[in-house]
Amino acid sequence: MIKRLTWRVATVTEIRQETPTARTLVFDVPGWPGHLPGQHVDVKLTADDGYSAQRSYSVANGDDGERVELTVQRVGDGEVSPYLTEVLEVGDQIELRGPVGGWFVWRPHSSPPVLLIGGGSGIVPLMAMIRSRGKSDTPFRLLYSLRDPGQLFYAGELEKVMAGVEVAYLYTRTAPPDAGRAPGRIRAADLIAYGWPPETAPDVFVCGPTGFVEAAADLLTGLGHDPAKIKTERFGPTGG
Amino acid sequence: MEHLDYQDGNALAGPLSEIFTFDVTVAQGTCAGCGRRGALAELRVYGPEPGLVARCPGCEEVVLTFVRGPKDAWLDLRGSVSLRIPITE
Amino acid sequence: MGIISRAFQGRPRDHDEKLPPGQYLVHDFPVLSAGPTPRVPLDRWEFAIDTPEGEVHRWSWEEFQALPQETPTVDLHCVTKWSKFGTEWKGVSLDVLMEDVESAAEYALAYSHGGYTTNLPLEDLLDGKAWIVYEFDGEELAPAHGGPARLLVPHLYLWKSAKWVKGIRLLNEDWPGFWETAGYHNYGDPWREQRYQGD
Ligand SMILES: Cc1cc2nc3c(=O)[nH]c(=O)nc-3n(C[C@H](O)[C@H](O)[C@H](O)COP(=O)(O)OP(=O)(O)OC[C@H]3O[C@@H](n4cnc5c(N)ncnc54)[C@H](O)[C@@H]3O)c2cc1C
Ligand SMILES: [Zn+2]
Repeated sequence: MIKRLTWRVATVTEIRQETPTARTLVFDVPGWPGHLPGQHVDVKLTADDGYSAQRSYSVANGDDGERVELTVQRVGDGEVSPYLTEVLEVGDQIELRGPVGGWFVWRPHSSPPVLLIGGGSGIVPLMAMIRSRGKSDTPFRLLYSLRDPGQLFYAGELEKVMAGVEVAYLYTRTAPPDAGRAPGRIRAADLIAYGWPPETAPDVFVCGPTGFVEAAADLLTGLGHDPAKIKTERFGPTGG
Repeated sequence: MEHLDYQDGNALAGPLSEIFTFDVTVAQGTCAGCGRRGALAELRVYGPEPGLVARCPGCEEVVLTFVRGPKDAWLDLRGSVSLRIPITE
Repeated sequence: MGIISRAFQGRPRDHDEKLPPGQYLVHDFPVLSAGPTPRVPLDRWEFAIDTPEGEVHRWSWEEFQALPQETPTVDLHCVTKWSKFGTEWKGVSLDVLMEDVESAAEYALAYSHGGYTTNLPLEDLLDGKAWIVYEFDGEELAPAHGGPARLLVPHLYLWKSAKWVKGIRLLNEDWPGFWETAGYHNYGDPWREQRYQGD
């Protein structure tokens, strides 16, 4: 018999609406061992007839004691995300397992520049990296692809100028008048304009729906980025 | 978009944490189909039901399957030549 | 069982006494995938049956369509616990396909585009128990559900009904398939709840 990573009971302590269809859930998780930015948890929901469903969600906050924040985007006919975004209330309990995943993580002591490319809810683990950057002098650039300004997560926080973090918004459907970029999916010109050139050998993290990650990773290797430096996290067919 | 119906090997981290005491997704594997080397985290993962099926991003061959029953789990590394596991962490 | 999540229901599902043990009833048609969905053009589609004695029987799409058709209405039971009642299919009975096949083989391995395999005793394919189907609900079978054609063996869990089926190999010895070597039961009878090895 082996000791298994156990399911922990997490209690909702706070809920923040990020957009009309996404919210951040703040949990208190007794015994939480701490996490690295980029790691995720598996959430398990159990119905009263014993039926259960599991999904993965990235941790959105930096390491902070027993506090764990997840940001969930509602997926239309999904099974779990509508529950997490519409039904769960402060005081409710769910089970979660983690932190897990040691690959898609940024270790704050690493020194090359960091390029973060997120599509939709793919911003979540990247935000954990930004929030963990603290006083590190590693320069960050974030390319954040989103449908329209109303889909923006962490609005107040991202809009505050953070020294050493440059943010470019890539609107795919509708851009604000002052955007300076025609709406559309991520393209090579975006990576050239707002990313780091391959010669600077950045650590690249790409996250979002599978189609978005495929497209961005292909553009990066096409521009000459070393595939070994590109880490990806595909959320599946949807995910915002 | 059904052909984009997969996640990364990162998604194996939770399920495999039930049977390994370390994070196997960072282990480097070699695909038996095409010889591609890479971290398990880079595989394409289909599932989770009826089981997790991780395929090589190079040749789409099945590298591993993981089936979780109520009492037992089955891990089948059918398409991997070897796994290199970092010991220090 | 873990803690109950207040007001969590999950996908709509019903309970019904006509269900095999442990199953619940759904009204949609869930798609489970273990790999990329193969796209098989009809002009290159072929179905084959081969025997350990060295016989091979092949049908092109046109030849296949010219065979006598049946329209079975059957209940489906997936090992992931959903069942669906009264699904309507059109296809060719394995009895028709096996008519001219001479063999002493007792086992069968169905194999598919994309590399999937599943094994079953040959007798489970005969006597009106199995079909190669190419229409579901009056429409051509969608690739996500196994089109152009899939095996349909409704008295066993649905993983035995290989999608994108390419052929059936008759064997003298049992040869466990994709899920059967990965932890699932070798036979898979829903009424005896044979889900995993050892059940
Ligand atoms: C490592 C990891 C981290 C993640 N982090 C986050 C995060 O931080 N925030 C976040 O919001 N999400 C995240 N996700 C995605 C999340 O796990 C769920 O996939 C998402 O919330 C949808 O779950 P659901 O139960 O609501 O939808 P599901 O019930 O799983 O369905 C999702 C959608 O896909 C469709 N669908 C289901 N099956 C198929 C199929 N076979 N073919 C085609 N379409 C299908 C459904 O119809 C529905 O529209 C992460 C995923 C991974 C792997
Ligand atoms: Zn390979």
